[in-house]
Amino acid sequence: MLDKFNINKQILLLTGILIVLPFLLQNDFHFEIAILAILNAIICIGLNLLMGYAGQVSLGHGAFAGLGAYISVILTSNYEFSPLFSIFISILLMSILAFIISKPILKLKGHYLAMATLGIGIIINIVLNVEEELTGGSDGMSVDSFSVFGFEFSDSIHWYILVSVLLVFFIWMFENLIDSPFGRVLRSIHDSEKAASSVGVDISHYKSIVFVLSVFIATIAGSLYAFFSGFISPQEASFNHSIELVVMVVLGGLGRIYGAIFGAVILTVLPQLLTAFEDYETLIFGAIIIVVMIFLPKGIASLWDKIVPTKEANLASSK
Amino acid sequence: MFKKLTSRVLALLFISGLALLNANTIKIGAIVAATGPASFLGDPELKTLQHYVEKINANGGINGDKIELIHYDTGANPKKAVTFVKRLINQDKVVAIIGPSTTGETMAILKFVKKAKIPLLSMAGAVAIIDPVKPYVFKMVATDRMACQKVMQDLNTRGLTNLALISGSGGFGKSMRKQCKDVAKDYKINIVADETYGKKDSDMTAQLLKIKSNSKVQAVLNPGFGQGPAIVTKNYAQLKIKHPLYQSHGVASKKFIEIAGASSNGVRVVAPPVVVADKLDDSFPNKKVALDYKNEYEKAFNTQVSSFGGHAYDALFAIVEAIKSTDSTDPQKIRDGIENLKNFPGVDGIVNMSKDDHLGLDTKTGMIMLEIKDLDWTIVK
Amino acid sequence: MNEIFGFILSGIVVGFIYTLVGLGFTVIYNSSGIINFSQGEFVMAGGMSSVFLLQAGLPLGVSFILAIMITSLIGITLYKLISISKDSSQISLIILTLGFAIFLRGLAQVIFDKQLHTMPSMLGDGAFEILDTTLSYQSILIIIVSIIIVISLYLFFQKTKTGQAMVAASNNIDAAKLMGINIKKILMLNFAISAVIASIGGILLTPITSTNYEVGIMLGLKGFCAAIIGGLGNPFGAVAGGLLLGILESLVAGYISSEYKDAVAFIVLLAILFFMPGGIFGNTKAQRV
Repeated sequence: MLDKFNINKQILLLTGILIVLPFLLQNDFHFEIAILAILNAIICIGLNLLMGYAGQVSLGHGAFAGLGAYISVILTSNYEFSPLFSIFISILLMSILAFIISKPILKLKGHYLAMATLGIGIIINIVLNVEEELTGGSDGMSVDSFSVFGFEFSDSIHWYILVSVLLVFFIWMFENLIDSPFGRVLRSIHDSEKAASSVGVDISHYKSIVFVLSVFIATIAGSLYAFFSGFISPQEASFNHSIELVVMVVLGGLGRIYGAIFGAVILTVLPQLLTAFEDYETLIFGAIIIVVMIFLPKGIASLWDKIVPTKEANLASSK
Repeated sequence: MFKKLTSRVLALLFISGLALLNANTIKIGAIVAATGPASFLGDPELKTLQHYVEKINANGGINGDKIELIHYDTGANPKKAVTFVKRLINQDKVVAIIGPSTTGETMAILKFVKKAKIPLLSMAGAVAIIDPVKPYVFKMVATDRMACQKVMQDLNTRGLTNLALISGSGGFGKSMRKQCKDVAKDYKINIVADETYGKKDSDMTAQLLKIKSNSKVQAVLNPGFGQGPAIVTKNYAQLKIKHPLYQSHGVASKKFIEIAGASSNGVRVVAPPVVVADKLDDSFPNKKVALDYKNEYEKAFNTQVSSFGGHAYDALFAIVEAIKSTDSTDPQKIRDGIENLKNFPGVDGIVNMSKDDHLGLDTKTGMIMLEIKDLDWTIVK
Repeated sequence: MNEIFGFILSGIVVGFIYTLVGLGFTVIYNSSGIINFSQGEFVMAGGMSSVFLLQAGLPLGVSFILAIMITSLIGITLYKLISISKDSSQISLIILTLGFAIFLRGLAQVIFDKQLHTMPSMLGDGAFEILDTTLSYQSILIIIVSIIIVISLYLFFQKTKTGQAMVAASNNIDAAKLMGINIKKILMLNFAISAVIASIGGILLTPITSTNYEVGIMLGLKGFCAAIIGGLGNPFGAVAGGLLLGILESLVAGYISSEYKDAVAFIVLLAILFFMPGGIFGNTKAQRV
């Protein structure tokens, strides 16, 4: 009972913050950063599920988000489908792709798995760059405006509301998933694959589902980002972007959903704050990663745990 | 390094303080590719802008108001260009934007300046930027189409008809390749090979080997900018390919010669006249402006002038002129002012803009054919 | 028809560079089980340092040696960072080395700059003409030096006491400790060796392809592919993998599509990972969990 109460409190708190935030943002550009942070957070929820709970490192998630986005955009711009329908098709295609990839990939372990996801990510990136006729090539392509059943999302506030609702929805979905029988099996796999399989769990089946889910979420967030920003380029699918996503999740704390959100927000907002130190941006980013990985490998969430012990912390520390 | 950091922090605080005090600054935005594969475009562009803004401000600004130059570095990444243009429009609230440095970036931000109704003065090469004409978009550089025409004129003079293309895949390379294929028949030139390479490729040997083994080829043209053409030129020399090699104005800078080294000798480059301002005939109409710019730039930065800096100069002074002539810093008025520029002496040539022509340059004075000899520019007669 | 010879030849030259990078991975992996994602940045550090030292006026030989020393210090620094990190799980180490790579790139931007830089070829600009294609002196230098390095490594690990100690340590850490072998020193030495090899590759490559702060990314990744293709942990695998990769890339660029050249390394990587994870030469430590 207390557990359920705990979870709902956090979601309520987050919802509260999301409602208050627009009044603090001063201009369109601030909104843009906020929306971007939320979309990154959504991708990180999925990635966190994959890395933190299923224990699979993906160094190619930027590519999945990017490819999903491109499919949505190309279907809308070149084939005149409605944006919503395009996203739907994109999710379908990407989920199928993810499922097919997951079978051979998830048999690999440790850095071999990481390298395989990296390889796939880079291949996707190259294809997006090369197939100019379809994708506009390395210079990217413009994206038409986004409208759903006639309602055009032209104002930042429209987008903000949409992505905030989605964020809360995905968090709620995630928390319920973790508490469900499915989630329990997942946790058992993460704790010990041998033990889990000895009681008859079909490991690869669960891992595949988690992989597909993480790509599903990434596709939605990636597509929305493309429609929102009015522009898409192969940068979305770059190795750099994939690393950024991984760092967001790890910075927050593997397996910690609010950590992932926190990591996403910090790493989205930080470069904007640092444009005065533009020249040092890469250096600072690298330094942050090094410092966190050396001194705080369980992420910022582990700091938070020292202040507020929660059920999630107890789970996390058992890993 | 920490000293640099501290002084930057202090500078930042100081500038913010100043900004608060002096609300009457004219905010001009700039998007340049100061780093990355197009850095030899963006770096001189930025240096030029910073130098002349400082100079103008030291002389009292424009009608008493100082200019505040707000610039961002995109690394020639169109996505960053999109982010920064939105920032310039929504957060920094600039009245005009100079840049971007490259075609790809320019095409990516067009719709945003259109929506915001802020004049954009692009420093990029492709003709598509101003053809068809867009009300808020102007171009300060001779087009890729003009470069093709200049090269083909030269081929005609030398009696060569079969041309091989090896193009960069960025916006400019792609666009110039298309333009060259378009105008080829006007000059009775046959395109007998058509290779491409990627923005960040470090080796073009494979593509060049194909060209080398093609017996029809008589000359080779490399549409592109940045590091690509330098590598092509090096590989070209390494493979000992004998045909004449032509480069576009995407490489009209000493940096190209520096990187390509000895392999650049003998290469012909289409370039804006400023690169050889001191060697120009006195009959060149904008010789004085170009020469003054060249001398001032070289003195201030201790390095050879680059044509790209010239584009930035022209953009900045076009805005200054527009503000002066319309006596207003309203973006719409500035736009109108630029569109009405007549006989404006730019470093790149005499500029005559109109409702249908947002470039204002012509082939005769906009570009000349140069050949690199002993690692320096010489004019081809 | 003779163009195929040209493709193969240029593929071999590039292949040797991949080999050097792959060897660096192998050395570190063999001793510590760590995949060093900043290996490419070691290459970059070697090239960039030597360019700037030369520009500062130092003579050729001095610049090179200093550049190599600087890079080996960087390698040792990485080792130190890894040894003080609290969590040595695979994910943490992967991200730590990735972070180190990003840090090095940022450092290069700040200390040097973001422009492209080049060096004159060490033996002059000449080239041999063979069968309708050319082989520059620099390319020949790359081939010769790479072969020397491979042989030296082999001799070092198999014939010298220190080298043998290292091999022993990597096979069985506990036994090695019992024998009084100083593990820490060995690991540090391995990181240094790896950095040295990489920096030499960077120096040799610069006159041909120029260098800048970003060159390490793709080089590192492809070098890693080369190591895995040959069989991670097997030095001869790195050699074979590197050459194979270089030649394959060149042939694909020449005959299929020059734009997809970069994808070759990763497609082959995936094929190996899925069907032959031990690599071509196999590896007893494949799929280390």
